[in-house]
Amino acid sequence: MRYRDYLIRRLLYTIPALIGLSMLIFAIARVMPGDPARLALGPEASEEQVQKLRDELGLNLPIHIQYLHYMRGVFEGKLGVSLYTNRDVVVDLIEYFPATFELVTVAMILAVAVGIPLGILSAIRQDRWEDHTTRVFALSGVSMPRFWIGILFQLILAYHLGLLPITGRIAPDLPSPTHITGLYLIDTLITGNFVALKSTLAHLVMPAVTLSLSPIAQLMRVVRASMIEQMRKGYILTARANGMPENLLVYKYMLKNAFIAALTIIGLLYGFFLGGAFVVETVFSWPGMARYGVRAFIFKDFNAIIGVVLVIAVAYAVINIVVDIAYGLLDPRIRLGAEAREA
Amino acid sequence: MSESQTPNPEQQAQAVALGRQNAVGSYEARFEDLWRTLHRLRRSTLSLVGLGIVLGIILMAVFAPYAAPYPEDVDSVHFERVFQPPGREFLFGTDEVGRDVLSRVIFGTRISLSLGVTVLVISLSIGLPLGLIAGYMGGPVSTFIMRLTDIFLAIPPLVLALAVSAVLTPTLENSIIAISFGWWPWYTRLIQGQVLSIKEEAFVEACRSAGANPWYIAFKEILPNCLSILIIKVTLDIGYAILTGAVLGFLGLGVRPPTPEWGTMASKGRLHLPARWWMTTFSGLAIFVTVLGFNLLGDGLRDAFDVELE
Amino acid sequence: MLDVTDLRIHFDVFEGEAQVLNGVNLHIGQGETVALVGETGCGKSVTIKAILRILPMPPGRIVSGHILYKGQDLLAMREQELHTLRGREIALIPQEPMSSLNPVFTVGEQFTELIRWQGRYRVSWIERLARSFDGVGKRAARQRALDLLEKMNIPDPPRVMRSYLVELSGGMSQRVLIAMALAGNPSLLIADEPGTALDVTTQEQILQLMKDRVEKEKLAVLYITHNLGVAREMTERIYVMYAGEIVEQAPTQELFRAPRHPYTQGLLASIPKLTGGEVLGIEGRIPDYVGPPPGCRFHPRCERAMAQCQEVRPELIPIGPDHMVACHLYEREN
Repeated sequence: MRYRDYLIRRLLYTIPALIGLSMLIFAIARVMPGDPARLALGPEASEEQVQKLRDELGLNLPIHIQYLHYMRGVFEGKLGVSLYTNRDVVVDLIEYFPATFELVTVAMILAVAVGIPLGILSAIRQDRWEDHTTRVFALSGVSMPRFWIGILFQLILAYHLGLLPITGRIAPDLPSPTHITGLYLIDTLITGNFVALKSTLAHLVMPAVTLSLSPIAQLMRVVRASMIEQMRKGYILTARANGMPENLLVYKYMLKNAFIAALTIIGLLYGFFLGGAFVVETVFSWPGMARYGVRAFIFKDFNAIIGVVLVIAVAYAVINIVVDIAYGLLDPRIRLGAEAREA
Repeated sequence: MSESQTPNPEQQAQAVALGRQNAVGSYEARFEDLWRTLHRLRRSTLSLVGLGIVLGIILMAVFAPYAAPYPEDVDSVHFERVFQPPGREFLFGTDEVGRDVLSRVIFGTRISLSLGVTVLVISLSIGLPLGLIAGYMGGPVSTFIMRLTDIFLAIPPLVLALAVSAVLTPTLENSIIAISFGWWPWYTRLIQGQVLSIKEEAFVEACRSAGANPWYIAFKEILPNCLSILIIKVTLDIGYAILTGAVLGFLGLGVRPPTPEWGTMASKGRLHLPARWWMTTFSGLAIFVTVLGFNLLGDGLRDAFDVELE
Repeated sequence: MLDVTDLRIHFDVFEGEAQVLNGVNLHIGQGETVALVGETGCGKSVTIKAILRILPMPPGRIVSGHILYKGQDLLAMREQELHTLRGREIALIPQEPMSSLNPVFTVGEQFTELIRWQGRYRVSWIERLARSFDGVGKRAARQRALDLLEKMNIPDPPRVMRSYLVELSGGMSQRVLIAMALAGNPSLLIADEPGTALDVTTQEQILQLMKDRVEKEKLAVLYITHNLGVAREMTERIYVMYAGEIVEQAPTQELFRAPRHPYTQGLLASIPKLTGGEVLGIEGRIPDYVGPPPGCRFHPRCERAMAQCQEVRPELIPIGPDHMVACHLYEREN
């Protein structure tokens, strides 16, 4: 099938792109002004000590050799040592990844669960108050800086109204849930730890909502546009003319096409989530990989920087391929293509 | 055909419609269309609001020293009036070294606007020619260029901007460079897609068989047809570039104080929450309003141009 | 059976108010085949969309008029009542087969759903869920769909049922659409430019098929077309439409024998003849509906226009057996 070939080709193209990216990031990181060894040791250290550290870190080797060493390390599962935590970057990433994964996944589910129905509502009630309010909300959602809305949430909902906790992933006086997956929602459910579950949920609300605000708006817009476009389409008018029930028309016929339209931007939205995580985790002191990344960026912790970027790149690539597969499954036009036409 | 273009029916349909719309894609015809579209723009209140906001921001940036009540507060300190809450004397209050927040917000328009516009200029300068070449030439050149964009698009643009600004010293120029890293590939992809769909149109074939120079075709026939999509995207993107710049500032990777960049101001103000809320709130509000303005304007333009597509 | 009386429809467009339909009168009797002929943009589609009540109403507005079907005014009916007629009494065969089937569902899915729920305005999801266990009902619907497809001379109906729109050719999807239109045993078919989207050979096959079916089931059909040849082949009576008005109506033979209205004459003259000779057209284009010409809407293009034509709109007057024309030229003769 043509689409399967397309998918395979996409997969194959992703690999050189990732390699190219690793080269790019590596080059940027190593070429930057300033001396990582000096930064690590501080201004009091002697020149000898700095040079020694440089040799240890392999910083005096030519850059392409450094790159090859590094990539070999990647395939062996080693991403270097963090200058800040003094641990293997891999260990750091494994520790912090679940928190970010949980946050982003919950935000994504929220975006889809709220954005798509809002889009449908907006389309059915086109030009009426439901449409106008949701569109205004969407415009605002897209324009608001995430840190600002996050801080406002904290100020109003958490500080002044006391409804939700200000920061963190779980109440500090509660013991951490038993570590099975690292995802608190699942772990607390499995172990029946409902106190912790409640706390986890409460802590998730603001960060997830802050993160998903703009994606909700974007999804809503796309779904609305798709539904409205379809209302004039031949197959809808014909089906209606020949007696197809209205609610079937909207909630089955049009919806599937709208889903497909939404799917086309889900990959991009995921990128949005990944980027936004840096901000949201900082504002809410969320102990995730993105907050770790911000610290790495500020302290010029190279191995950590490169590690975080690589993880994000891989995650992004995986999601995009999954989206492409889903797209092919849902939309027969893509799957079958022009080759399927019979004479 | 470029494999890196994920199927985007909406964009494709729009591209085809745009291409078919004006068989004579001359600049004269396009400017006529633009003028008509601008008239259409007048009918939508929201887009006019957006236009108003954008013009307001531009004016504030230009006349900042006159608009700001305390123009010297950009970098002076007044310890005698630290942490004044918003009031009659200081509309947005004062910050931790006594500077008037309103004045700094007004001066911040200069920073943000220059950032947004410069990022777009750089992205267009790199992205547009590359996209034109990729779309028109096809073959190995096109493949190479599109693979290159794949690399830069392998991570979300914000993350790339963060990574690049992490390794550079925090200045406005470096922020601009960092953001542009992640911005230009979108333009290459967009233009390449447009060129591909317009290339097949009859009038281009006619030009080519008449023996016209490829650069001529590119600039005189193909580019004018992309103009409306480009204008819409650029308008929206200026807002988003400003937003990204603010995020960089907020995370500490952007400009350094005392430069009155809104994100940096919000970040500094955050240290004094919750009691002294006005610094973060008003600098964030400035970002919100600015981006909203560009979004309203861009949306309005999109509606105005789209009406033509029907 | 179907009576359209003085239908006026306006559209609110950017430039103003487009007075598209300016008093259209149609009559279709039981089992009659009628054609509505006119060039692109004359308002034929608007008319049938109005009859089927699928006209987008925000830009469109019904200013006045009635559409009576078997005595009931369709324009006055609520959606729920109207829906019982759709498919069961009046059905549509759309113009462009390639955009009239939902591309993301198979033919089978769409067809059986239509058969099972046809005519109902709302189906609650509970009922759908319950009915999804109704194997008998599903099989019956599927069988009916297969039977209909077979009647359309479609070889291998099961394969077509499994196919998506993208796998079907134009001719095949047109047949599917005709089958779907007949599914509810309607009394009146509305065929919008049948076959125009297809190549000539296929178009001929489709038209033949339709003729067969219409005869066998004794259906009334309203054919919309800009092709006089199709009108002549398929119908007993013809209405000629121009710029939202009926300008001439007559039995088919009569119209071709003695076309009276200058527009009809121009149309007939513009058909290229097998014997060769110049191909004539009609000068000018359809008017701007926002600012239509006063008086007779055709007068700017009419070679025989008189002073009166610019001022007074001509009424339809009889000039022969069942033959009416709206033109000032014939008013004296009456």
